[in-house]
Amino acid sequence: MTDSTTVVTGHGANGRDGFRHLVHAEWTKFRTVRGWVAGMAVGVALVVALGLMSAAGSHASCGMGDVETACTLTTGPGGEAVSDRFFFVHRRLDGDGSITVRVDSMTGQIRLPDATPGVRNVVAGVVPWAKAGIMVKDGVREGASYAAVMVTARHGVRMQHDFTEDVAGGPGGVSPGSPRWLRLTRSGGTLTGYESDDGRRWIVVGTARPARLPATVEAGMFVASPGDLTVSRGNLGGASVQVRFTEATAVFDQVRLEGRVEGRTGGTWSHDDVGVAYEPGGRTPHHPGRFTESGGTFTITGVGDVAPSTEGMRIESTLSGQAAGLVAVMVVAVLFVTAEHRRGLFRTTLLAAPRRGRAFAAKTVVIGAVAFAAGLTAAALTVPLGARILRANGNAVLPVSTFTELRVVAGVAALTAAVAVLALACGALVRRGAAAVTVVAGLVVVPHILATASVLPLGVARWLLRLTPAAGFAVQQSVPEYAQVLGYYSPQGGYYPLPPLAGLAVLCGYAALAAVLAAVRMSRADA
Amino acid sequence: MRRELRAEWTKTRTAPGTAWLTAAVVVLTAAASAAVAATVSCPAAGCDQDVPRLGLAGIQAGQAAVAVLAVFAVTGEYGTGMIATTFAAMPHRGRVLAAKAAVLTGLTLAAGTVAVLASVLAARLILPGNGFTAANGHPPLSLADGPTLRAAAGTVLQLALIALLSLGIATAVRDSATAAGVVCGLLYVLPLVPHMAADPGWRRLLWQATPANAGLAVQTTTHLDDLPLGPWEGLGVTAAWAAAALLGAWLLVRTRDVRA
Repeated sequence: MTDSTTVVTGHGANGRDGFRHLVHAEWTKFRTVRGWVAGMAVGVALVVALGLMSAAGSHASCGMGDVETACTLTTGPGGEAVSDRFFFVHRRLDGDGSITVRVDSMTGQIRLPDATPGVRNVVAGVVPWAKAGIMVKDGVREGASYAAVMVTARHGVRMQHDFTEDVAGGPGGVSPGSPRWLRLTRSGGTLTGYESDDGRRWIVVGTARPARLPATVEAGMFVASPGDLTVSRGNLGGASVQVRFTEATAVFDQVRLEGRVEGRTGGTWSHDDVGVAYEPGGRTPHHPGRFTESGGTFTITGVGDVAPSTEGMRIESTLSGQAAGLVAVMVVAVLFVTAEHRRGLFRTTLLAAPRRGRAFAAKTVVIGAVAFAAGLTAAALTVPLGARILRANGNAVLPVSTFTELRVVAGVAALTAAVAVLALACGALVRRGAAAVTVVAGLVVVPHILATASVLPLGVARWLLRLTPAAGFAVQQSVPEYAQVLGYYSPQGGYYPLPPLAGLAVLCGYAALAAVLAAVRMSRADA
Repeated sequence: MRRELRAEWTKTRTAPGTAWLTAAVVVLTAAASAAVAATVSCPAAGCDQDVPRLGLAGIQAGQAAVAVLAVFAVTGEYGTGMIATTFAAMPHRGRVLAAKAAVLTGLTLAAGTVAVLASVLAARLILPGNGFTAANGHPPLSLADGPTLRAAAGTVLQLALIALLSLGIATAVRDSATAAGVVCGLLYVLPLVPHMAADPGWRRLLWQATPANAGLAVQTTTHLDDLPLGPWEGLGVTAAWAAAALLGAWLLVRTRDVRA
């Protein structure tokens, strides 16, 4: 009688203590089965080995002609990779001031895919993100801090600064007969962009506080025209993206620069083809911009873009072995529950802990924690080391902030834990090891592979990564999609349709649902 | 051998999962094929799509059910201890393995044939509505067409070879979850490895060596020159993997103690 009272007290009054006990029991079960610990170790080893091997096998060199150099990236004030190529007609402005222009027209040319192989197929036209406007910049160095207000060919007026920031103004471009007035005013560290249809009524487009704008800046007119894209899909999956030359020409007049302005060469405007590349030999610029001035009217032609760049490898490309590692984790998680049923140990477990939901919760905690640790170990080794190997091999790896890198590593750990919980729950639901492993692999790994490495249409691939547990892989994406940059943002290129944490939430939702169903089944079914 | 065949057939026939899994092979293959056919489209200007391959794409889903069917055929017995009884009644272990392989092959060939016929029918009905018309060079899918027949028959054979490969692996590891993990790795993860290789020579070699890449070459009907392997040679790669797995299983089952 006394004994049974003690037992009831042990499980009833000290509930938390009892659960700690259960977790400890499950952890002891896990760590004493050599095969399970080995399985987790195999999972970690697969991620690290495949990741580092593929990084070691990836070599790149850049340069034109015979001169090969390591590929370098231009970085912006925030440390991200940027493209900073445009034609700039400018004067030095000291302290506060403002610049006002009227943009009268915007024309250009686009090179289309060759109709006859080898013959340049150039037509008149402007690409949607061709830009003409005014800019205040910390000198003419590539990647320097700036703020600009501009009119684009198809995206209306925009206010942009420091490459990644973009605010939309009024819609519509410029055409002969309907010019656009633009104004950029500096007051201390704040720049305000205005637009106007007539030069009298001004509308604020936006304000910007660029990261590092010194007292003396270069202020002036700029034109840029990003390359046009051709995407061709391969026969065996994958896509190749070709960037074609384009240029834009804009006409500016009514130019007024107010403030303490210094003319470097006798009060005239300086001009720079910022970021231009040179042909082999280093003298002839490749696709140069140009400008002419007559009677206060400036005609400026520019090539390139002032925007974040996504050209290069990403740190998460070192995680190529992750699918293999996850399969190993799934097997261990499924075995962690099905082995008990098979050996009849589960009946003993239930004798020791009759509240079945709690026994299962303890299992979930243990497998989740073990898988989190395994994923963390694998990613913390693979991502930094793999990125270092890639850079040492001359590859341009897109730089990301420490916070983003930590998010990727921690995200992989959370992804591994969620997959392990999902597998455990499926194991408890199905009770047949092979079926559970296949179902979980079919839910997590297969949709991801189909979406990123197959001939599936883009729309289907995106829906797979929204609706299936494979959405969780979004947590790896280190470089975001930029609305202001034309690109082929496909899952094959590493762009997921959901934001990182939303994707992880979808996967966790599936894992939680499966765990609840498993707990319900466990409390109702026979052991 | 007749005794063994009969015993294995009776066990397979009466096991609770067999009917479900055989149905799953058919349903998963046909449904996934139909889903792919429903989502692809061909613009009026024409498209460069391998239509038979699209119509048979459901094998990617169906092969998982085949693998589970094969794994259960072995690990079910190891899990319950039935295997000891089996070997006591039929001491010639190689024959037991051969009988299991024969029964499984028959079952997979039958299910695979139904699955492939259903897939082809679905594609034949759905694809013309999505712009795959005779006018832009894609007549309705028909088994009277030589390459299409080869793709369809090859797909059935690929499923049977995957079953044998899975049977070999399951016999070697004797545990259901582990066997399924290894087979899933072979079918779904290994095909990615060639993409990781930077050197084109290695990439080609790895592609030729992976059963899920090379074996599906048998489904290809366009741009055959771009393939690193011919269609039947590709199927031969899967056959070599299956043969190696069965050989390994035979050696282990002959020499090992009955239970782990």
